[in-house]
Formats: sequence, C-alpha cells, structure tokens
Amino acid sequence: MKSWLVIGQYVPGHSVLHRLDPRTKLLMIFTYVIIVFFANNTLSYGLLAIFAIWTIFLSKLSLTYILKGITPIWFFIIFSFLIHLFFTNDGDIIWQLSGLKIYSGGLVKGLTISLRFLLLIMVTSLLTLTTSPMEITDALENLLSPLQKWKFPVHELALMLSISLRFIPTLMDELDKISKAQASRGVDLRTGSLKSRMYAVIPLLVPLFISAFRRAEDLAMAMEARGYRGGEGRTKLRQLSYSWLDFQAVVIYIFIMIIFFMLRN
Amino acid sequence: MTIIEFRDVYFRYNEEQNWVLRNISFSVNAGDSIAIIGHNGSGKSTVAKLINGLLVPQAGDILIDGERVTEQNIWEVRQKAGMVFQNPENQFVGTTVRDDIAFGLENRGIPREEMIKRIERSLNEVGMQDFALHEAHYLSGGQKQRVAIASVMAIQPEVLILDEATSMLDPVGRNEIIKTIQHLKDERNITFLTITHDLSEVTLADRTLVLKEGKLVTDTTPRELFAQVNDWESLGLTEPFTTKIANELEKYGYKFSSHPLNHEELMNELWTYNLKK
Repeated sequence: MKSWLVIGQYVPGHSVLHRLDPRTKLLMIFTYVIIVFFANNTLSYGLLAIFAIWTIFLSKLSLTYILKGITPIWFFIIFSFLIHLFFTNDGDIIWQLSGLKIYSGGLVKGLTISLRFLLLIMVTSLLTLTTSPMEITDALENLLSPLQKWKFPVHELALMLSISLRFIPTLMDELDKISKAQASRGVDLRTGSLKSRMYAVIPLLVPLFISAFRRAEDLAMAMEARGYRGGEGRTKLRQLSYSWLDFQAVVIYIFIMIIFFMLRN
Repeated sequence: MTIIEFRDVYFRYNEEQNWVLRNISFSVNAGDSIAIIGHNGSGKSTVAKLINGLLVPQAGDILIDGERVTEQNIWEVRQKAGMVFQNPENQFVGTTVRDDIAFGLENRGIPREEMIKRIERSLNEVGMQDFALHEAHYLSGGQKQRVAIASVMAIQPEVLILDEATSMLDPVGRNEIIKTIQHLKDERNITFLTITHDLSEVTLADRTLVLKEGKLVTDTTPRELFAQVNDWESLGLTEPFTTKIANELEKYGYKFSSHPLNHEELMNELWTYNLKK
C-alpha cells in the first residue's frame, strides 16, 4: 500500500472529530455532499470551503497532508477544469490564440466544478481519516436499522462489511506470497508491455481466489461452530452513544447550513 | 458421568464414497482428556465435527450429556461443545481480539455487561489480556489460536475440542498452546478432546483413541500405546526419540517397569535401573 495515499485510510487520534459519534459524522457528511450541489455563488462556495478547512483544522490533520494524499484525484480535478475551460462557449472571450478561444463562462464553470469536486473529496476523506472502518460499519448498521422492517438485510450487510475489512490485510499478505512464488517460477510482473503485464496478473488472481474461497468455507464452519445463526436475538458488544459533543456539533452544523441557504441566490 | 457417547456411528460425505467412519462406539467421561490420533484421512476430524453437529451421521447415535444430537437441539449442543480449528487465520471473525471473543457471545444473546466480564476472564485465562484491542494481523499464529481458545472458553462449554489446533504453528506457538491447555485443565473442570499429530500433546491425555481407515482400532492410555506400537507411521505419528531408545534398550535385555513417555522419565528409569535390581 502506498502510505501517502489518504483515501480510505484511518489515522487514530483524539481530536474533536475523532470523538464525535460516527453516526453524527456520517449524517453530516452525507448532507454536506448533497448541499455542495446547491451552492451557486461565490459567497456560498466560500462558506462551504471555509467549513471544510475548519473541520480539517479541528481534526488536527494537516491540510497539506490531505491535499497531497489525494494526488490521483488531482488529475481528475485538473482534467475536468480543462474540459470545461476549453469546451464551454458562454460569456465574453477573455483570451484567444489562433483557433483556441477561452470564454469567461468556461473559466467560471471550470473553477466551480473542480472546487465542488475538491470539497467532496476533502470532506469524505476526512470521514475515513477520523473514523475507524469498524465505527463506520457500526454507524451504517445503526442508521439503516429502520430498513429491517422492509426485510432489508442490514445486519448481514454490516457483518459482510466487517469481515471483508478484517480479511483485507490477510489477503494482501497472501497476494504478496503468491506474487513471490510466481516470480520464482518465472512470471514477470514488472517489465514488458502493458498487455503482457495484464496477462501476468492472471496467475496471481487464480490462486488468490481459490484460497479466498477456501478461507470462506473454513470461516463459515467456524462461525457455525460458534453459534452464529443470523442477526436475530443477537446482542452487541460495541455500542454507540451520542454525547454532548454531538449535540453541539449538530447545532453548529445546522446554523452554518441556515447561513448557507441565506447566502445562496 | 458420561459426557460424550458414540453408538455405532457410521458416516460418509455422499453415497458414492466409502464410509469415512465405520461402526464407531466409545464414551468419554466428564473431566477426562482424550487424544484422538490417526493417519490423514482416518476420520479423526470427522469425529470432532460430528460431536458438535457440524456433520450428521448416516447411522448411529451421538449423545452429548445424555442427549441425542438432533436438528432441534444442535444449538444447545454447540453451547456445550466448543471447537478450535486448525487454521488460526480462518476462524478469527472479529476485527480485534475483543470483538472476536464477543462474536460467540453476541450470537447467544449474552447481555453486554456479562460479555465484558467474560471477555476479560477468558483473556486472562489464556494470557492475552494485554492484546484485547489488537487487530488479527498483528498477532502471531500461537496468539491467534489462544484467542480462539479464549473465545470458546467465554461460552463456558463442557467440552473443548481442539481439531489439530497446533498443526499450523511453529514450535514456539505450539508450546504456547500446550501451556495454555494445561493451565485450563488445572483451572476448569472440562473435558478435552484433542485431535493431533503431535506426540507431546498425546502424552498429556489420559486416554488415546486410535483411528485407522474409519475404524476405532485402539483405545488405551498413552503409556500403553507407546509401549505397544511398532508401526508409528501408520498412525500418522513420528516415533518419539525416547521410545526409540527404550525399544532399542529392551532388545539388549533391559526391562522397564513402565514405558517412559518423555526424556525425564527415561532418565529416571536409567539412573535408577541398577538400584532397583
């Protein structure tokens, strides 16, 4: 794993953001993601950007660490900026070079789209940076539990999520072992054309899948032996509880949202 | 009191195949510790899986604590007989040690306060109390197996089945498990059923059952077994060094009062040999 890549990573800590209940964080970020699309002027975008930077400040993580950590996303952000810049024919021409014309509308659109994208990525990676995967799973199970009335398999979904999270490092180790074993048999993963390297992945994936299925079989047997029979009648060790901090956070958040809708036009 | 009883049990995985177990009958007293040995494919793991209802016999009865194992009481049976499997990685369900032990308790609807108490107690019993919040992949194989034992002990079973629980561990891990099991034997009055290829585990048992091609061929104490056996490999075991020496010495006319099980016993036999004459 590339350690500078922050997407999906968790950095343990004790900041305000770490201490918030995962359900509060999940709901706030979910609404934030929707609200970003309602911003329609400089002031409202400004407020959302300030909010994002402020929460990063609260998380005690450095802004540069996050901006650097989303490097692969920067490509998309810049790409979408350029697309909108060159292909929008709105407003006045602000710059011209032989056939190439850049309109003011394109500049504005490019900027807003990429800012929107950047804000979304920053805020959502802030969620995973300050919340452990288990907490996210618990929060999801808890928030989705009303859906159980309509036979939606909430518990099963959460269990599947937590088991897959638990087996990621195991399968990574396994993949490492397999690639070494195959390399020692002459499989070349590092050189050659893109096509030949893609073919070289097959001898890695086949043994990985076989072993994953074997593991799944063992795990199912072990779970059954330990008395697992679905979500019914189960108690939970990990419990979530809202605190005074969550209340404060929600009040501040709602206040900011009200200001946001007043700033919009 | 009899805790496990097999009455003329037959088992096969499907109709085209040969019987995996043929006419198996034995009973185990509560508090005993039993070692089941046999070559690969002799059916020893099948016996373990039959006990807690992971497999169902085609003929014959299995009684746990005087009750016949059926579809209806399978969950009570699993409460009474806990099982630790071979692969330490593939039986770790929770993300952390604490969550993993909680899994079995959660399944049985144990209240949270009780859960916390039991987790702490069973972690202490296996000496893993400092690892409660560790994630699975930061633990060694031996530590993972100790967690697996703890999560079975938290259920408070009457029988603990170890299905080749040490076979994938290094010598250090194996010793950890053997020590843990010995400690548990002193602490709790439960029945142990160990399926193994490891001789040091066999010597710890009160009784050894030997399976061969699905049949129960020997039912005796480890000491008797060690003195009798000629063909160790057919049992899936390697002949222990002390037994080799003892047998060689017997060829030269030495006679031991009881067959030595380990180095210490052999040493004692030898240095007192001339005194006893």
